[in-house]
Amino acid sequence: MNTNKVTFLQIFFTFFKMGLFTFGGGYAMLPLLQSEVVEKRHWATEEDLLNYYAIGQCTPGIIAVNAASFIGYKLRGLAGLICATLGLITPSVSLILLVATILNQYMENVYVQQAFGGIRICVLALIVNTVWNMWQSSIKNVRGYIVFAGAAILLFVFNLSAISVVLLAAIAAFIPNYSRRKKP
Amino acid sequence: MIYLLVAWAFLKIGLFAIGGGLVTVPFLFDLAEQYGWFNNQELTDIIAIAGSLPGPVGINMAAYAGFYAANLGGGILAPLCEALPSMLIIYIIVRLLNKWHENKYVQMVLNGIKPAVLALILFAAGAVAKEISFNAISVALFVFFISAMHFYNKNAVVYIILSACIGIVLKI
Repeated sequence: MNTNKVTFLQIFFTFFKMGLFTFGGGYAMLPLLQSEVVEKRHWATEEDLLNYYAIGQCTPGIIAVNAASFIGYKLRGLAGLICATLGLITPSVSLILLVATILNQYMENVYVQQAFGGIRICVLALIVNTVWNMWQSSIKNVRGYIVFAGAAILLFVFNLSAISVVLLAAIAAFIPNYSRRKKP
Repeated sequence: MIYLLVAWAFLKIGLFAIGGGLVTVPFLFDLAEQYGWFNNQELTDIIAIAGSLPGPVGINMAAYAGFYAANLGGGILAPLCEALPSMLIIYIIVRLLNKWHENKYVQMVLNGIKPAVLALILFAAGAVAKEISFNAISVALFVFFISAMHFYNKNAVVYIILSACIGIVLKI
């Protein structure tokens, strides 16, 4: 693998293309990364990619940005990392701003409102489905249920902010688990 | 001044939203309540539009939400600020901590946060639900969509477009 010849423009436009053709966020980008970055350009191996995703999933931020940062850094250091991320987000940010400018003029239209009436139900289903899919990998034991219930009470009853709940859960992770038997 | 607020708000989201795109939703609902840049209904529409356009959903939502907060400037600033913590963290990880994710304490914290993140997303679902008038039709549609999503696992765009058409046909 020869990574010396990769230019910043190549990195930018490779990720630009991925940002433009990925629908549905981080995980939908994985097959594109496989064909573009692994098979076509040999910038990373399949195993690298899976590692980047595993790390991206448990570090803060957007998973697709994490993966792009890893590959960009591997190719050209910090500047490569920045090129990859900017390339990835440029097409979608431009499109969103275009849509936002146009759509805001039509939000009062009857058909637009009816369409969004339907879409809102779909969005609710999307979000609940995310919880459903994450449930098994996130809550594995009694401790998990307690943290889940505690967080839910803090949010729904006491109206705590999302950041405070994440911080409290991180602190709670250090409370020792007395129910665990040391000897089998 | 508004730009500073937007930058700070989205830097925090980039730092605290662990697990990708939809995890940022509860943080955005906090912004709706705290600053009033958009209301819950507008935010629900943002989620839908962000999910139907190409690109990372979290970045799209940040761009749209930033646009509501401070027009074009906000729309550019917000996604950049949301991406910045990820970029820095990845940079630090590859530079300093090769085996950081095998560290016992890092694992403890990450696993400890996961159940709370679920509660966060469920809370966001509650906020979206408040924007829907529930009757036989909307409940039936919800059940239809969630079963289709769970068992057929098609791209979200397909369901969002379908739901828009149903909305117009049934005059929801």
